[in-house]
Amino acid sequence: MSSKRSDWYFRLREHRATLIAVALFAVLFAVYIAKHQIGWTVPVLTTAANKGVLLAVVAMAQTLPVLTGGIDLSVGMVFVLANCLASYLVVGTPLQAAGGVVVVLAAGALCGFLNGLIIVYGRLQPIITTLATGIVYYGLALGLRPVPGGDVQAGLADALTGALPGGVPAMIAVLCATVVLVWLPYRRSVLGRAALAIGSSEAATYMSGVAIGRTKIVTYTLAGLLAAVGGLLLTFVTFSGEASSAIGGVYTLNSIAAVVIGGTVLSGGAGSAIGSIFGAFALRTIGDLLFVFDLEPLWQPLFQGVILLTAVSFGAVRLLKLQNRLDLYR
Amino acid sequence: MSSLALRLRSSEHLPVAAGAACTLALLLFGSLYSSNFLSPDYLLLQLQIASFLGVVATGAMLVILLGGIDLSVPWVVTVGGMMSTAAAGWWGESGAVFAIPFGILCGAALGLLNGIGVAYLRVPSMIFTLGINAVAQGLIVLQTGGFAPQDRATPAMHLIATGRSWFGLPNALLVWAVVGAGTMFLLHRTTLGRSIYAIGNRERAAYLSGVNTRFVTLLCFVIAGACSAAAGVLLTGYSTKAYQAMGDAYQLPAIAAVVLGGTNILGGRGSHLGTVVGVVLITLLQSILSVMQISEMGRQVTYGVVIIGMLLIYGRGRRHSA
Repeated sequence: MSSKRSDWYFRLREHRATLIAVALFAVLFAVYIAKHQIGWTVPVLTTAANKGVLLAVVAMAQTLPVLTGGIDLSVGMVFVLANCLASYLVVGTPLQAAGGVVVVLAAGALCGFLNGLIIVYGRLQPIITTLATGIVYYGLALGLRPVPGGDVQAGLADALTGALPGGVPAMIAVLCATVVLVWLPYRRSVLGRAALAIGSSEAATYMSGVAIGRTKIVTYTLAGLLAAVGGLLLTFVTFSGEASSAIGGVYTLNSIAAVVIGGTVLSGGAGSAIGSIFGAFALRTIGDLLFVFDLEPLWQPLFQGVILLTAVSFGAVRLLKLQNRLDLYR
Repeated sequence: MSSLALRLRSSEHLPVAAGAACTLALLLFGSLYSSNFLSPDYLLLQLQIASFLGVVATGAMLVILLGGIDLSVPWVVTVGGMMSTAAAGWWGESGAVFAIPFGILCGAALGLLNGIGVAYLRVPSMIFTLGINAVAQGLIVLQTGGFAPQDRATPAMHLIATGRSWFGLPNALLVWAVVGAGTMFLLHRTTLGRSIYAIGNRERAAYLSGVNTRFVTLLCFVIAGACSAAAGVLLTGYSTKAYQAMGDAYQLPAIAAVVLGGTNILGGRGSHLGTVVGVVLITLLQSILSVMQISEMGRQVTYGVVIIGMLLIYGRGRRHSA
């Protein structure tokens, strides 16, 4: 009896950060729906999902390197590159479009693979590597789309940005499919466990005989793939491709913020993509809250910044409980 | 010869020497394209442009030495430019007198917030400075959208950024030299400098040795904020106008310059001389790429590839980190 209770207690503690992110999103979204003119209807939910899932997928991409103690500052640029690529390739007959989707995803994975290769065999820090490769990927996107434009297969786009029978936004289904196809197998595999171990202590993991290089390369490759999924979905929403460094930068920065709100530790070793997804949803809802509260649009950036700061500062509450000052500097 | 190479490797000057060699190589490469690249006029102009990046990179370097990173550069630069011109607009003649210190003070205030978040609330610097960046953007959008008193640079700002005195040296270069000399003094001749290196190497050990780690961290972020804002003031004087997102082009080059100059991105190791070399290197690279009139795509790709290439040559880490 008591062992069963402690088991539950342990599981709850382990997922506490994720649950806090879920709760934060639930509260924010409830306020949003309550204040919204139309409220809980299929179009409102679909619009919210279309915006939220884009960031959620990129946040998932960011989570993987962060768990290993690294970071990927190029996710936003891979996202933009995939968007530009998709605006050329995902057109024509359904079969051609499907082929285009495969090529776009492969290109994203290749970008991530290159990141991993340079980080592992070039022995450069992830932060500076991805900063530089991000510039390269942005340059390529700019080469593809010097001016915004392009098109996308309309049938596919309508199906993915609409609602499924029963009123569930199709984007949510896509997100669930991504979690089931990419995150869960990764997390349950030896690779995923090795990634967490690297984040906790790279030296100890190395001495335990884990293939650190291979784990990191697979992790960054998957991050690139997920970022490309995000870029592909963006194409379905906007029906065009645009090489904008601003969009890339915003998605990179917001993905890091979503990861932190989702409870993943930036130094690695603990956290989950599920938390990041809800962190991303929460961030998106914050932006939308302004509109339902009828605030001046001019206030929006300031409001978002202050909320972001407040959200990440909540971790400081922990400091009040510390008995020993030394625990600060672990 | 080999002993020289060994000594270079064991001392920490290898990245500085390698960076300087890359700079010379870039200049020679540029001179093949056009002989103007070696003229004093061109070089002085490059140094003048480099001083804006140099002042930003000085602040960025202090934070990186601590083991942190300052991602609030873009909008703190803009705040520096915007608020200095706004001071002249609000208070007229008398405002123009203290426009420059006012702009820098605003940047220092944002740096103070950064420092409080990172040092006292223990939020990771990457995420807190990101938040401050968003807040700074929000404040500027409000200020310019609601009531923008003035966006023209004052004559004093213009003079400092573009004027030339003393043997034809650009004033901006002198500003950079003063900031650089101050930083070198701070890092190598004061206990504060030693504390910065100590915190970057191991914060826990520094704390146990009696260093007031939180205050030192706070101070570094304040200096970094002031540096970014000062660069914004210079930039405004240079372009005679403060505009939104004027700092966007400085975040990545500043970090790249610091790292190319041999400062460890994880903190604790690096010299200001290296940062100076890194800044000159980045500025020359950008200038040569734009003079050669390659497409924007080619420029971005070459820029990224060259940075990675140079880091692969001399910036590699150890095989396994502890």
